[in-house]
Amino acid sequence: MTARVYLDHAASSPLRPAARAAIGRALDLAGNASSVHAEGRAARAVVEAARRTLAAAIGGATGGIVFTSGATEANAAALGAGGRMLAAAVEHPSVLAQPGVEPLAVDSAGRLDLQALATALEERDVACVALMLANNETGVLQPVAEAAALAHRAGARLHVDAVQAFGRVPLDVAALGADSAALSAHKLGGPKGAGALWLRDPDAFHPLLRGGGQEHRRRAGTENVAGIAGFAAAAGAIEPEEADRLAALCRTLEAEACRLVEDAVVIGADAPRAPHITALALPGMAAATQVMALDLAGVAVSAGAACSSGKVARSHVLAAMGVAPALADSTIRVSLGWSTTSADIDRFLDAWGDLARRRRKDAL
Amino acid sequence: MAEIDLAGLALAPGERVVVAMSGGVDSAVTAALLKEAGCDVVGITLQLYDHGQAAGKKGACCAGQDIEDARNVADAIGIPHYVLDFEARFKAAVIDDFAESYAAGRTPIPCVRCNQRVKFRDLLEVARELGAVALATGHYARRVGGRAGAELWRARDAQKDQSYFLFATTQDQLDFVRFPLGALDKATTRAVAERLALPVAQKPESQDICFVPTGHYSNIVGKLAPRAMRKGAILHVDGRQLGEHAGIGRFTVGQRRGLKVAEGEPLYVVGLDAEEAIVHVGPRAAGLTSGLTVADCNWLGRPAAGDRLAIKHRYNEPAVTGRLAAPAIGESARLAFDEPQAGVAPGQAAVLYAGERLLGGGWIERTSPARGKAGIEPHAATVLGA
Repeated sequence: MTARVYLDHAASSPLRPAARAAIGRALDLAGNASSVHAEGRAARAVVEAARRTLAAAIGGATGGIVFTSGATEANAAALGAGGRMLAAAVEHPSVLAQPGVEPLAVDSAGRLDLQALATALEERDVACVALMLANNETGVLQPVAEAAALAHRAGARLHVDAVQAFGRVPLDVAALGADSAALSAHKLGGPKGAGALWLRDPDAFHPLLRGGGQEHRRRAGTENVAGIAGFAAAAGAIEPEEADRLAALCRTLEAEACRLVEDAVVIGADAPRAPHITALALPGMAAATQVMALDLAGVAVSAGAACSSGKVARSHVLAAMGVAPALADSTIRVSLGWSTTSADIDRFLDAWGDLARRRRKDAL
Repeated sequence: MAEIDLAGLALAPGERVVVAMSGGVDSAVTAALLKEAGCDVVGITLQLYDHGQAAGKKGACCAGQDIEDARNVADAIGIPHYVLDFEARFKAAVIDDFAESYAAGRTPIPCVRCNQRVKFRDLLEVARELGAVALATGHYARRVGGRAGAELWRARDAQKDQSYFLFATTQDQLDFVRFPLGALDKATTRAVAERLALPVAQKPESQDICFVPTGHYSNIVGKLAPRAMRKGAILHVDGRQLGEHAGIGRFTVGQRRGLKVAEGEPLYVVGLDAEEAIVHVGPRAAGLTSGLTVADCNWLGRPAAGDRLAIKHRYNEPAVTGRLAAPAIGESARLAFDEPQAGVAPGQAAVLYAGERLLGGGWIERTSPARGKAGIEPHAATVLGA
């Protein structure tokens, strides 16, 4: 049996060896990071080292990093202060579901309409604008710096969901003008269940979880030391040339897919995008069918947003971009990561090309 | 121990078969037996409706226990399993038709519509796209014959026979589908589930219409087709008004209970007038019909006019004898019963059998009153409803 080809890194990436090693070491630390004894100090040292590593990885930003259970918690904590909030209609559900968030229109590439943002900021008293750096379904990059300038002019904060961009595009959260940023470990080869929230001004932050004094009273609860250690190790293991390597693989994938299948469509093809995500449509074949057929052929990709039942719902991202429903329903997401090789891309293209030929035969 | 005969199902080990898994024991055993026989089994469960909404529970998960059960079974027998969102097409093809039928004074059979318009059309198409050679379901019916020109027969277990619900399966569809349980009885199915320790071995049979788990179908009919819930008169076939009713969508021809009118003799619903919102009732004799007209027929055999056939006009009633009154023309046909029948309801299906073999059938459009039995013309309403 041939090995499987995993091209769903935007959902979750395989654990990097460096992360596995760091997690193993941290799991053997008996102490609670809040304890005063040697065991506690050892655990605390791991957490603080991780904090420094991550701070360096997002531009050496000053301010504070609060470790969380993941990016959903980080988004909720950043947007939990209340007040009126604006967010691009293509944001992650963990942003759009926050009370008080109003969606803003995007253009056909999925980029926030800055004019619409300016108008909304003039008309309303807005506490915060939320904008993702790279979209999780298309990889399209948002004009975060421009939006931050507009938000600040209107007295609003800017929160950036940097989950998909982290490790894939050069990231300097302070230079972007962001006031807070959400990060996740498992999208870049760290463990699931670990994330972080960066805060420009930690003192102005209202904690989501209260109780113990952990994380400078910004997040109660015993630290997930192993998860945090794995997160930092994964971030530290990103090689400088990794993004360029993924971008080259993605370019090959898209060019070959369009050569194999005349009517194939790459969603957001002309917009600036993160290097690891391709939203690829095979008109006339349901995305769910493509995902199943590819899975049976040993290739893992995804489509839309998976509900807990496993059913695939229509993508709110593609809908907000004005992609025709029929095209949206035939769009899959292929996402690459640290372990992806050019052989993986070839295997995907073979399997997907077979599918496309099956479609042709049926159409005749 | 092999409960199924793969060759008899026109399948070979290694061939890919998609199994429609409902979450019940029958389709679980179907998948397990095919897997055991060496097929490349792929389980698919259709999300047909929002379970939380159907059960009236706010905030309940969109997927019900059945999808969980199907997934657990697939894990237990080691096959890939997928859930497909068919909510929109199920609503359009089955639920809307269900409500509209009641509003038109008919008694629908949603399971036939689901097989005809969802499972054996869209799911079958997905199975083909996945490179499967067949789509298997847990129905109790037999598909007899080779890969081409298959015939549909009753299940070996007459108690469990579900061929009636499959009458609308086209020849093309029948060639692609398989019913591995058709040769088994329910006890064997349960025994297999026990032997393989399937997580659903003890699961009770579902009795309700799947999208009406509460059993109160009038709620959904009222919501989707409010005119089915217009108040109206209950008229005796002798012309007297006996009372009022709260909507013809609450009644079915042949029904006796729930009329809430006091008469010396037992009364039955003998006709529903959708236009005037009238429920016609009368003694059993008033509801007797000598024959009926079916529309949207589907033929898997070629019965000739005059052939003596078994006619099943309601799922929970045994078949009766009768014949085609005239050669079937196009999509409609006229059937005559040997003996007048009660409770023949427009909207149900009349399905024809020659011995074990299902020849075809159609949807009951009109019924013909049995003359001279009651001395009245009770069926104007039924005819109007057509």
